[in-house]
Amino acid sequence: MKKMNSLPFLLVLGCLMASSVCAQVSDNVVKIGVLNDQSGTYSDLSGPGSVEAVKMAVEDFGGTVLGKPIEVVFADHQNKPDIGANIANKWIDVEKVDMIIDLPTTSVCLAVQEICKNKNRIDIISTGASVILTNENCSPTGFHWAYDNYALAKGTGLAMVKDGGDTWFFLTADYAFGHDLEKSTSEAVTKAGGKVLGSVRHPFPNNDFSSFLLQAQASKAKVIGLANAGGDTINAIKQAAEFGITQSGQRLAGLLVFISDVHSLGLKAAQGLVVTTGFYWDLNDETRAWSKRWSQRMNGRMPTMSQAGCYSGALHYLKAIQAANTDEAKAVSQKMRELPVNDFFAKNGKVREDGRMVHDMYLVQVKKPEESKYPWDYYKILRTIPGDEAYKPLAETQCPYLLDKKK
Amino acid sequence: MFEMIGIPPQAFFGQLLLGVINGSFYAVLSLGLALIFGLLNVINFTHGAQYMLGAYVAWLSMSYAGVNYWLSLLIAPVVVGTFGILMERLFLRWLYKLDHLYGLLLTFGLALIIEGVFRQFFGISGQPYPIPPQLTGLQNLGFMFLPNYRAWVVMASLFICLSTWLVIEKTRLGAYLRAATENPTLVQAFGINVPLMITLTYGLGVALAAFAGVLAAPIYQVKPTMGADMIIVVFAVVVIGGMGSIMGSVITGFILGLLEGLTKVFYPEASNTIIFVAMAVVLLIKPAGLFGRIN
Repeated sequence: MKKMNSLPFLLVLGCLMASSVCAQVSDNVVKIGVLNDQSGTYSDLSGPGSVEAVKMAVEDFGGTVLGKPIEVVFADHQNKPDIGANIANKWIDVEKVDMIIDLPTTSVCLAVQEICKNKNRIDIISTGASVILTNENCSPTGFHWAYDNYALAKGTGLAMVKDGGDTWFFLTADYAFGHDLEKSTSEAVTKAGGKVLGSVRHPFPNNDFSSFLLQAQASKAKVIGLANAGGDTINAIKQAAEFGITQSGQRLAGLLVFISDVHSLGLKAAQGLVVTTGFYWDLNDETRAWSKRWSQRMNGRMPTMSQAGCYSGALHYLKAIQAANTDEAKAVSQKMRELPVNDFFAKNGKVREDGRMVHDMYLVQVKKPEESKYPWDYYKILRTIPGDEAYKPLAETQCPYLLDKKK
Repeated sequence: MFEMIGIPPQAFFGQLLLGVINGSFYAVLSLGLALIFGLLNVINFTHGAQYMLGAYVAWLSMSYAGVNYWLSLLIAPVVVGTFGILMERLFLRWLYKLDHLYGLLLTFGLALIIEGVFRQFFGISGQPYPIPPQLTGLQNLGFMFLPNYRAWVVMASLFICLSTWLVIEKTRLGAYLRAATENPTLVQAFGINVPLMITLTYGLGVALAAFAGVLAAPIYQVKPTMGADMIIVVFAVVVIGGMGSIMGSVITGFILGLLEGLTKVFYPEASNTIIFVAMAVVLLIKPAGLFGRIN
């Protein structure tokens, strides 16, 4: 047997002892993992832009917390739950990632939130939409930050029914997110006195909507609800214009539309769309200032609500670590719920027991081409929806650990 | 919700017409692919990327040079066809004597590179491209409103497919092309420039893809992955039609467009798998494809 040099062994032992004495930050680094779609359908509305937003949060916080460095890593889950789950597991088990953020695509969120719950890590969902993430599939260390289907459904659904659009037909993306959005909006519409005439489920992703739009036209519903996102919504809106849907008196409800989609469609095709959003870059001086900083790092584009939400979520997480004096998930989650959220993204935002971050939402309308005065000047604000009104009340929660508490 | 039995005949015919329109896209794309495979024995996976290039040439020339749609229909196939010829001269011609798979791998790799480069520069959401003013508007057919542009797509596709078929099957040049690929040595002995014939064939196939791209630009988003979405379906169309038969792939394109259209009415969730189900069935019954011949 070789003669062993005992020095490395002693050093390792020393480090282990040292870290167990001041065990505030696990592995002496706080690692944030941005897990999203880097190159596919959702990459423009989250993607590299979300990574930049998180990096900005880390820089603004100072680059260190509790004396330890903060690292940002990212990976592409390609909108596939199995790939997302594998990355999450590897990150937690091998690469010592403490928090996973962004997470577009509901099916991936469900998988990753479950993993984080079981392995005691925090996940902050900024892009994923489904309301079941804070209900049936809630987690004590899981947070839902920028928006959810309930808020979109209630905001847009209510507004359109009040405006005379009381019969609806849905074009739904055939996967978890689409089904959830259709369900939330159907409920909101029916509650407001409207009626759902029918729906058709299209494959996800899909290019040609002509057939489905024809079915929607034949239903004679006053509103055609688009329960899809990203490239699907863009194509559907473009082709709806081509088929003269709006000319024959029907209206389109883009239930989930990001500013990157409007940019891609152009104002001529998108004008008049009524949308509920959690953030708009041109809202006030603070949002403008932050957005311009982000824009300089991102080739002149403007941030979507998911990307801005990533900054806010990451910053709040770091503040919570500071307040909790540790990066252990449950303690930090506790602090995240205690501290108010107060930044450019959300004023007087509050994190509820179910993980939902409640903040004001905005009902906006896409401007006509002649109304837009400068690049990315796309929205006019119709109304601000106060947070408590926008989101599903806690009293109606389906979250298992909260229901258990009630018993 | 429309039940299987309760569909009004008007809605049904509307869906069939839409199926024909989609079929015409498949027909033009599969024509180019079948040409390249039928004559050159190269499985051109770059076809989707070349379709995307055609759409981007149209968008770029409109945004930066104000070139209109009609000019783009002529310019894009020439530009992308030239690029295709370069590709063939630099990369593909070394692979003709080897197994098909090498051509497949090379063209697949090139497709990924091209799409990646465009994604880097243009993002994923795509760029808007307007329908040309002469083709906006709708025709009221009674059972549905048909956009004028979609009617144009069917006519343009039929015209291009028929012309290409005529050139390949009925003209001298076409005869040289077919002979050159069937027996290059003998044909070269007659003094015909075989490598040039092969290059031109590839260029023509690529130009057809670019033409389809320009046709698609006003109605589908012009985005880097538009080709990747189409290419797998187009391959299925060519396989079902019979990989040696040019007319076969055109006819199959229309038939499958109709099949997909019907599926969207009766069971929309399956509309992007039905073509592969059809492919599996056809290959089990007739392995050479509907119109193919086993060499």
